Amino acid sequence: MADRTALLSVRDLRKTYPSATGPVEAIGSVGFDVRPGELVCIVGPSGCGKTTLLKCISGLLPPSAGEVTLDGAVVTAPPRTMAVVFQEYGRSLYPWLTVGDNVALPLRARGVGRAERQRAVEHALEEVGLAQAARKYPWQLSGGMQQRVAIARAVAYRPEVLVMDEPFAAVDAQTRADLEDLVRRVWKDLGVTVLFVTHDIDESVYLGERVLVLSASPTVVQEDLAIDLPAERDQLTTRALPRFTELRTHVYEQIQAAKRGEAAVR
Amino acid sequence: MTAVRRYAVSAAFAVGLPVLLVLGWAVVTQGSTNLYLPSPVRVGQAFVDTWLDPTTLTRDVLPSLGRFAVGVLISIVVGVVAGTVIGSTPWLRALLEPMLEFFRAIPPVVLVPVLMLLMGIGDGMKLAVIVSGSVWPVLLNTVEGVRAMDPVLADTSRSYRIRGALAYRFFVLPAASPQIMAGVRLTLSIGLILMVISEMFASSSGLGYQIVFFQRQYMIAEMWSGTVLLGLVGVVVAAVFHLVERRVLHWHHGSREVERG
Repeated sequence: MADRTALLSVRDLRKTYPSATGPVEAIGSVGFDVRPGELVCIVGPSGCGKTTLLKCISGLLPPSAGEVTLDGAVVTAPPRTMAVVFQEYGRSLYPWLTVGDNVALPLRARGVGRAERQRAVEHALEEVGLAQAARKYPWQLSGGMQQRVAIARAVAYRPEVLVMDEPFAAVDAQTRADLEDLVRRVWKDLGVTVLFVTHDIDESVYLGERVLVLSASPTVVQEDLAIDLPAERDQLTTRALPRFTELRTHVYEQIQAAKRGEAAVR
Repeated sequence: MTAVRRYAVSAAFAVGLPVLLVLGWAVVTQGSTNLYLPSPVRVGQAFVDTWLDPTTLTRDVLPSLGRFAVGVLISIVVGVVAGTVIGSTPWLRALLEPMLEFFRAIPPVVLVPVLMLLMGIGDGMKLAVIVSGSVWPVLLNTVEGVRAMDPVLADTSRSYRIRGALAYRFFVLPAASPQIMAGVRLTLSIGLILMVISEMFASSSGLGYQIVFFQRQYMIAEMWSGTVLLGLVGVVVAAVFHLVERRVLHWHHGSREVERG
């Protein structure tokens, strides 16, 4: 049943790929609703089709069946109110443009004037702590900083939904902790709805207000789990909470069950 | 001091071999009476007398260089525009690619008589000869560069709805520019060769015509001085290309240096 308050709805989404040995079912049937302002993490065993799912949600890949609706409209192409941050930061920034121009280009495509663009870029770079880097080129920055630029680009775009595909999988642990806190802050500051895909169980529990556990391929939603941790999260104290440990253990068990192809553990 | 020294060393390396070759040439031709082997001094004299003469300069050298410049420019513009269209339209590429390979394989020299019949013997024919050969490297490289764009960057552009002219200007063409520049480098050298060839038939002026003329008149030193001039033009063209390429692809060289650490 469609949730009338939902901003983003995924309905019985299926994706099959043709292959030499017959069609491969990447996504069995996935359905869930995201309400405005939620921060939802999607976690699943590796190779469960997380990226495929995100590409269908962001309108980059047509689903084989089912549909995605955003604001009540069926998504058939990348929607204007959605921004995507990809895992491969090194390949999602334009190396021939400066950091500032990278952030500004989507705004330019939308027809935002030069002065307003300038302001939005400055503000977004400040938000991610890169105010000094506007004139640098992406490849002159570290991996973590490049991913900050990609986040700044999404922030400047002012989306309703921010979709992130394993954005921190390729950065080191300390940088990753900083970036996780950045995502929580951006989420609060902008009041944006965030869909965050990760394979890291701890990350999903630490970041999310809600965690969707996916099964192994062909993918279904194994469990939809509310994360009842305090709103103010901190890398040290939140991760030391007994409830955090309980939740991560629970998600871990679900993923193990998903890998074995069992139904949800109760 | 060390900077000056380093500069002197690199200059010595650049000039060293040419100087040695000229010296060797001077030694071999010392006291020679062979008509076909003039000494470097004799060729140098012929160079000054022939090519720095205002009449030759305005009648032969500058028009030739002008046709070379225009021909190469047309090749680059046509190559990049057509290559971008073909590269970003899969069905068009599938349709045209075998034919492009066929035309590219035809040596432009054999086209000269045909083009002469079709276009007469004026500048138009000469430009057509230059373009018919030098358009291919830039065209085919552009097709390849536009086609082989990074899928992540393509997804990024699509999800931020960067489309149309903006996408070509800020994504497709810059992404293909390393390949395009590699094509331009080949286009320049082929263009220079064809400039000479286009003037060797049914022509009454131009660098290529003059060289053939001197050869037929047994003015061997003058002939060689023409060859030297062509070589010098090649060196200057390569230097200009290098400067432009450094500017256009500064991000490419920069990011590659970072990758190598």
